[in-house]
Amino acid sequence: MPVESLFPRLEPLLPSVQKPIQYVGGELNSQLKDWDEAEVRWALMYPDAYEVGQPNQGVQILYEILNERDGVLAERTYSVWPDMEAVMREHGIPQFTVDAHRPVAAFDVFGVSFSTELGYTNLLTALDLAGIPLEAADRTDDHPIVIAGGHAAFNPEPIADFLDAAVLGDGEEIVLAITEVIREWKDEGEPGGRDGLLLRLAASGGVYVPRFYDVTYLPDGRIQRVAPNRPGVPWRIEKHTVMDLDQWPYPKKPLVPLAETVHERYSVEIFRGCTRGCRFCQAGMITRPVRERSITTIGNMVEQGLKESGFQEVGLLSLSSADHSEIGDIARGLADRYEGTNTSLSLPSTRVDAFNITLAGEFSRGGRRSGLTFAPEGGSERMRKVINKMVTEDDLIRTVSTAYENGWRQVKLYFMCGLPTEEDEDVLAIADMARRVIAAGREATGRKDIRCTVSIGGFVPKPHTPFQWAAQCDHETVDRRLHALKDALRGDKEYGRAIGLRYHDGKPSIIEGLLSRGDRRVGKVVRAVWADGGRFDGWSEHFSYERWTVCAEKAFADEPVDLAWYTVRERDEVEVLPWDHLDAGLDREWLWQDWQDAIDETEVEDCRWTPCYDCGVCPTMGTEIQIGPTGRKLLPLSVV
Amino acid sequence: MPEGPAPAPVTQRLRVRYAKRGRLRFTSHRDISRAVERAVRRAGIPVAFSGGFTPHPKISYAGAAATGVASEAEYLEIGLTETRDPARVRADLDAALPPGLDIVDVVPVGTGRGDAAAKPGAFTDRLEASEWRIRLDGVAESDAAAAVAAFMAAAIIEVERLTKKGRRRFDVRAAVSACELDRRAAEAADAPCAILRMVVRHSTPAVRPDDILTGLRQVADLAPPSPPLVTRLAQGPLDADTGGLADPLDPDRETGLPSGDDAGTAHGHERPRPGDTASADAVSA
Repeated sequence: MPVESLFPRLEPLLPSVQKPIQYVGGELNSQLKDWDEAEVRWALMYPDAYEVGQPNQGVQILYEILNERDGVLAERTYSVWPDMEAVMREHGIPQFTVDAHRPVAAFDVFGVSFSTELGYTNLLTALDLAGIPLEAADRTDDHPIVIAGGHAAFNPEPIADFLDAAVLGDGEEIVLAITEVIREWKDEGEPGGRDGLLLRLAASGGVYVPRFYDVTYLPDGRIQRVAPNRPGVPWRIEKHTVMDLDQWPYPKKPLVPLAETVHERYSVEIFRGCTRGCRFCQAGMITRPVRERSITTIGNMVEQGLKESGFQEVGLLSLSSADHSEIGDIARGLADRYEGTNTSLSLPSTRVDAFNITLAGEFSRGGRRSGLTFAPEGGSERMRKVINKMVTEDDLIRTVSTAYENGWRQVKLYFMCGLPTEEDEDVLAIADMARRVIAAGREATGRKDIRCTVSIGGFVPKPHTPFQWAAQCDHETVDRRLHALKDALRGDKEYGRAIGLRYHDGKPSIIEGLLSRGDRRVGKVVRAVWADGGRFDGWSEHFSYERWTVCAEKAFADEPVDLAWYTVRERDEVEVLPWDHLDAGLDREWLWQDWQDAIDETEVEDCRWTPCYDCGVCPTMGTEIQIGPTGRKLLPLSVV
Repeated sequence: MPEGPAPAPVTQRLRVRYAKRGRLRFTSHRDISRAVERAVRRAGIPVAFSGGFTPHPKISYAGAAATGVASEAEYLEIGLTETRDPARVRADLDAALPPGLDIVDVVPVGTGRGDAAAKPGAFTDRLEASEWRIRLDGVAESDAAAAVAAFMAAAIIEVERLTKKGRRRFDVRAAVSACELDRRAAEAADAPCAILRMVVRHSTPAVRPDDILTGLRQVADLAPPSPPLVTRLAQGPLDADTGGLADPLDPDRETGLPSGDDAGTAHGHERPRPGDTASADAVSA
């Protein structure tokens, strides 16, 4: 059945909305495939505004992989701003894709990638605009299968009622596997209807169908048990791990936006996973083991990506980019290759390490000098031991001194507030550290115009980390410590004016905490907040803490739980956690031991260069660490 | 950190006429400038860069049609570090841009000989006026005709608009040297509509098509039921005798350098004229 473009109806309305170009599509390297020739059709969504969602690597990679297949079609959709939502509701225009402006409800699968829990209300807006019933239980055979992925999908329980399925881990292989299951099911005449398809997906062990699991609770509110409610459904659902990144060199043809977006560069993931073992870091825990992309693949991807896009900047992404075993050769090779072409290279997520200054020097050779950012995360030595961020203050001072000596005038330092066991003095120690940084910079250069910016955010305990059992710090305490830090910096006559402070208040972190460690009962809160107008919770101008607390109070009125129970309450070892049936590969006993080590201020080394400490991932998932060096070199490009 | 070498000097300057068409009329000026920078890189055009810590490509724009307004005649100038065949640049740049941002004409700027054309600002001075087409869907021809007659009969029509300098009140009538209905185009359109064509002098504050629509509403209660579709058809020097617009690139062509537009091909004489449109919804005067 032909599905018509909504664009003719949309076009006359575009002059009345902000930044209409974001709804127009037509980006370089976007694809339009024939609807009728496709057997399986995916609508992919990043549930935030286009300017944030368009650069998302995950969605771009899946879009390209799916569209490369015959008989498979993928289009993209993003959250529309409230002005556009109002216009669409007034004129009866459903949620549409930006590629061919087809209605999302016409697709077979609606796949939504959640990097953060703050996109949950936006999921509901999109479902509602699409005309898809919000609750999975109300959907019929005519509606798409709604699947969540991304890091937040490692605990999808707060939105379990709204999802048909969730997928954990790397998406490259599983989207194709799901596509095959759907294709077969359709070929066979869709036996068993919607449930028949979901059962096939669930039986594979790699797709979580929340509706096939019952959750029972103890009288005090804790979970008693999560169990499959029908045969053929596994007790635990495993995450997916792509073992050879060189086999998946995506994006090959990056989407180039016309509208302005948050990251306009060609990004290559140089490795996936991280074993530094920072205890607060969910990404580092759920993406293990470390798998490097080879220097030659990286070189080829950068060459092709720049040629296809015209971007002026290359980002080498990973969770700790300077840890690639051949990063020095990669940096030098790329800097040599693009010298004189005004192509800038950036290396986000670097550790506090003097070596990184050398790297940064290489990177600024070819064009613009990017800023230097380091993340000590904790202000005091004690705090950094608790979170296992193994960097001493002397390391930091040495590193920034080198940076200032090499011509940088400003560095940025990232910290968190509200970490487990944190006291006021741990946060105040950030001020001391910042003063030492400025003093070291002045001494190294003899100049007065040395600056540093301290950026600090509230800590949120995340599932599948050693801090999953921790009590989140209440927002009053976080705010009090941040104000004390601000006063300490502002009152400093000698250094205060050289130090900038950027921080957010602690309230949004509490809601993020509710959504991160919540269970299925939290779904009622999400729905109530959305119904009350909650949208774009990741944007401070849209977020309303009051709305969330009022809705939580109402939704939990008849439950033995409340907002504080989900957030500032410490859990004990035996409590069933809402995500215990979702397997990130991490051994629960190891996580608990690491939590105890945190309290004891005991550090753990990186398993890439010390013996295995049995986190459990490799044996459970049948994976292993894959690192170089390969000994190969990046070849310079021949001049055409 | 070592300072980089001095940027390579500009050896050739090209003036480029481009169009923004169809759904790409929703691009803003900033969107276009990013798209052009990337297209230049993809096309391998040796653009010159400024010096300093954040080098910028030497591409400058002569005004820009507003977001949502289509145009057949926008202009930019680009500095190259090596001399290139303008016809080749036209084809390569056009291929590297997304469909809807289209390169219409490329002409080298005369250099040496103290050519006035090469002085900064000289080119924008040539853009004395714009020719606009405004399609008003759902507006009856008789209503539009009456409004245009009332508008042209008035001596002064003051409208108010929020400008960067705050709320301002200014005359829109004086800037309009011609305004008439394009009946043939309206008859050929896919839906009932009235189509206006007008020549508007560039002035300060700028009199924009929406200011003229405000004026039409004031003098004749003309209130289109849906947003007007506005297209700039041409920009250039205003011919006092004919009331038409000349091609602002003609003075550059007259320097004797090879023309960028299909020069040397069988269609060498068919370079675009102001008012010509290459888009599918082109109307003839």
